[in-house]
Amino acid sequence: MSLLAVEGLCVSRGGLPVLEGLSFAVAPGEALVLRGPNGIGKTTLLRTLAGLQPPLAGAISMPPEAMAYAAHADGLKSTLSVAENLGFWASVYATHDIEPALERMNLVALRDRAAMSLSAGQKRRLGLARLLVTGRPVWVLDEPTVSLDVASVALFADAVRGHLATGGAALIATHIDLGLAEARVLDLGPFKAKPPEEGGFKGHFDEAFG
Amino acid sequence: MIALLMRDLRLAVRAGGGFGLGLAFFLIVVTLVPFGVGPQGEVLARIASGILWLGALLACLLSLDRIFALDFEDGSLDLLTTAPIPLEGIVAMKALAHWITTGLPLVIAAPVFGLLLHLPGPAYFWLIVALGVGTPALSVLGSFGAALTVGLKRGGLLMSLLVLPLYVPTLIFGAELVRRGAEGMATEVPLMMLAGITAAVIAVVPFASAAAIRINLR
Repeated sequence: MSLLAVEGLCVSRGGLPVLEGLSFAVAPGEALVLRGPNGIGKTTLLRTLAGLQPPLAGAISMPPEAMAYAAHADGLKSTLSVAENLGFWASVYATHDIEPALERMNLVALRDRAAMSLSAGQKRRLGLARLLVTGRPVWVLDEPTVSLDVASVALFADAVRGHLATGGAALIATHIDLGLAEARVLDLGPFKAKPPEEGGFKGHFDEAFG
Repeated sequence: MIALLMRDLRLAVRAGGGFGLGLAFFLIVVTLVPFGVGPQGEVLARIASGILWLGALLACLLSLDRIFALDFEDGSLDLLTTAPIPLEGIVAMKALAHWITTGLPLVIAAPVFGLLLHLPGPAYFWLIVALGVGTPALSVLGSFGAALTVGLKRGGLLMSLLVLPLYVPTLIFGAELVRRGAEGMATEVPLMMLAGITAAVIAVVPFASAAAIRINLR
């Protein structure tokens, strides 16, 4: 039984398909790392899975309220403290306990610091700590390790491993090696959508008027 | 949803949050008008209700783009959209937070500003009622304009153009209610119209705003 299954998915950016015929499944306790060059559509795929945009074709099956999404931006409020930022997301997801997440991402000493006075890496750690307070089983992560140092990447990899050990799943788009030996790697290259000249989808506008 | 409301209120009162911006603008408009139109009491008294409503409306407009733009820039809007709160609820809470930080202070301060404009005695009560009933509609309609222009850089002008026509009914009935109150005429009809507009706007517009945000986030 998989937590997240994708069947024949076609995702589009700006009305033009970027990936097509994509099928994969992620089981509980499994991490899937998405690889591919810039512009292949990793972010678009993750945004589609997060429900921020509709797929052009195909089906996504996932239990309701199962997914926590982390984008490029951390969504931190610079005038709120670390604990207030995290506490807000904890109450949105009705989990309320932020202590384990603070400890896990090594933020306890920074808890009363305003987010604007954090370094880029510390902000990223706070953004990732948000995942821990969501209590959601499927993590969908877009470049989670940007601006993290080696120690913090290891910290993050530990957090992912802990999440997998409790039956969670993770879908991670990244360019660097996370040190997650058990993670499956999916190269998105072969799923690149055909350009219109080769018979690919031309976009709704051209389809209607071209 | 309460957590979102508390967060927005907290952000508004912290440094750079924009709390008091609308109030300061309102004060500037109201203090400058007597300089512009002259100090004759009877002239001021006649235009006071209109000036107060216009001031409130423009003060509200001034802070509208903050409703979603800040959350869009730092990525929290994406994360909120994927959170277990319905987007309609998020929009409603944000509009409510906007009203509490801009509309409510105006309602409370308006009688003081009415004094500066020589507002006739019986109008004070009706001024508070009219602003109290009418300004929620301004915030909620404003959330729709802010939602439509959320992804645009410098979308303020477009947003003003979209939102101002929607404000006209509230402005007409709000100012009419104060004028009738000041002259001791029957006030039921404009009051009911004003309240009806606000109720309809609160019921319908959050859905439209949420739809606009969904499209803009694609």
